[in-house]
Amino acid sequence: MTSAEPPNRDAVPEKSRLTLGFVPLTDCAPLVIAQEQGLFARHGLDVTLSREASWANIRDKVAAGLLDGAQMLASMPLATTLGLGEVQQATVTALSLDLNGNAITVSNAFYDEMATLDPDGSGEAPVAADRLKQLIDARHAAGRTPPVFAMVFPYSTHNYLLRYWLAAGGVDPDRDLRLVVIPPPQMVEALRIGAIDGFCVGEPWNAAAVAEGLGRVLTTSHDIWNNHPEKVLGVNADWAERYPATHKAVIKALIEATRWLDEPSNRRTAAELLSHPDYVGAPAEIIAMSMTGSYRYAAGDAPLPMPDFNVFSRYAANFPWRSHALWLLTQMVRWGQIREPIDLRGIAHTVYRPDLYRQAAGELAIVCPADDEKSEGAHAAPWQRDGMTLGADRFVDDSVFDPADPVAYLLGCELHHRKLDPAELFGPRGRP
Amino acid sequence: MLRIMIVDQDPARSAVLEQALTDAGHRVVARTVDEGSLLQIVTDAQPDVVIIDMEAPGRDTLEDLREVSRDNPKPIIMFSNNRDGEYIRQAVQAGVSAYVVDGLSKERILPIVDVAIARFREFQALRRELADTKVQLADRKIVDKAKGILIQRKGLTEEQAYALLRKTAMNRGLRIADVARTLLSLEGMEG
Repeated sequence: MTSAEPPNRDAVPEKSRLTLGFVPLTDCAPLVIAQEQGLFARHGLDVTLSREASWANIRDKVAAGLLDGAQMLASMPLATTLGLGEVQQATVTALSLDLNGNAITVSNAFYDEMATLDPDGSGEAPVAADRLKQLIDARHAAGRTPPVFAMVFPYSTHNYLLRYWLAAGGVDPDRDLRLVVIPPPQMVEALRIGAIDGFCVGEPWNAAAVAEGLGRVLTTSHDIWNNHPEKVLGVNADWAERYPATHKAVIKALIEATRWLDEPSNRRTAAELLSHPDYVGAPAEIIAMSMTGSYRYAAGDAPLPMPDFNVFSRYAANFPWRSHALWLLTQMVRWGQIREPIDLRGIAHTVYRPDLYRQAAGELAIVCPADDEKSEGAHAAPWQRDGMTLGADRFVDDSVFDPADPVAYLLGCELHHRKLDPAELFGPRGRP
Repeated sequence: MLRIMIVDQDPARSAVLEQALTDAGHRVVARTVDEGSLLQIVTDAQPDVVIIDMEAPGRDTLEDLREVSRDNPKPIIMFSNNRDGEYIRQAVQAGVSAYVVDGLSKERILPIVDVAIARFREFQALRRELADTKVQLADRKIVDKAKGILIQRKGLTEEQAYALLRKTAMNRGLRIADVARTLLSLEGMEG
């Protein structure tokens, strides 16, 4: 990585001056490292990183061409292509930036209320949503208002994972509590002033709430779905079409950054770099908690080893699995965001582009998975495939997602607020 | 008179705006710098329209409010102080209630508020019309299915089947489509 020699297989980028957007979170690290370690420059790119205040801004600015590309939530390129928010714009991703990285935290008062109802479960971690259900039922019986939980964007992995965890414990995310959106850097403050009872957010904001003695982590997102997709590099589909060599150079620089990041000895340096006010703007020791492979559920607890909390490279973390895209799409149907019949498989194929990833990774002599999809949920431990080690992919309720039949999977989700009949989802390519 | 809420990181700028809106006969029900309590303020103030700085993190909160209150969304006017706004306006779906204005001067904002509200109402009317059309189409499909069952089971003609549905509906004070839906559910079929 320290070699100054330019990689000899790079085609000259069609466009060398780029602006890439990010949101202040620990997992903007690949962009920051590619910049700070000169990896973009090594691939002939002159990149400006632009810190953005909201996911809506990221989406709008990429769509409008003000940003060449950006760190996006794994579900965002799908939602934007479908026009689920305010903007409809064909978007693609050919690179996953990381796996895992979020957690669910509640206020101390809320945790104490749960503990009073179930003293035996006190201190256990991770906590199942069944215990939340007890609290909700007790509040309901007493005529009190339901809890308020926050996540970061309607079309976010956080929304889908929080809902998944709630539903697995029998909690109806739309009836039993109120879900609201609060931007990540404002979560801790919202918890402090009592505007919300809990939240699902990426690091370092859970660690910050714990360190300030304001809250307690109930579960990590890794415990909800082991090695779930989290952030991706998103670009406009027509941008990718117009600047293929540039796109490939960005992907290669970011792949190298993620490899650098998964060297444990580099993690502390990364935390220092990220702490800068231009990037995340949180204390380095707070960012270092999850980044150096440890995790603390509550203030005063000893940090527990959690090496997979932030995965940037290993387990083929950069591969844009179409099965990830399909699962995210099923959740958009499950919770009523997708209201028109669409071809799920067709959308997953257009938006998630493992073909482009393979071209870039191939030039770096990185082994790629042979298939574009895998079954999700069948592995409770790391496993081997195509000569590579893939991560565990277990769901908290032990269910299995077969990407060959998303309709059957949807019909199997008992708790849902679908706005369309899954049978309508069969498109021309609805089945293989 | 409109109830207006302003979200801006720059209190001096929003004070000028508030004055301009008040002079024009509107009422500014809330003015905030967006520090995590936006949701509560919107809930309490119940504005007719929200004017927000594009660089405010609270944009994501407002977007979700719109998703949740889909049937009763509020127009949102976004502004930015550079040329970005001009480009983004082109990207944002026409008719959806986000309007980006370039800069934010006293003279510019009043006509923009008026135009934004007018376009928003127009778009809402169109959307309602579209929704009504969809319901009508769905109803027709259900009535056709129910007629098919009656034709098959009772050996009726199409006219007789329809007349039977209509008579049942009238007797029970229901819509024909509702009678058809009940018939289908009795047959274990989905409408």
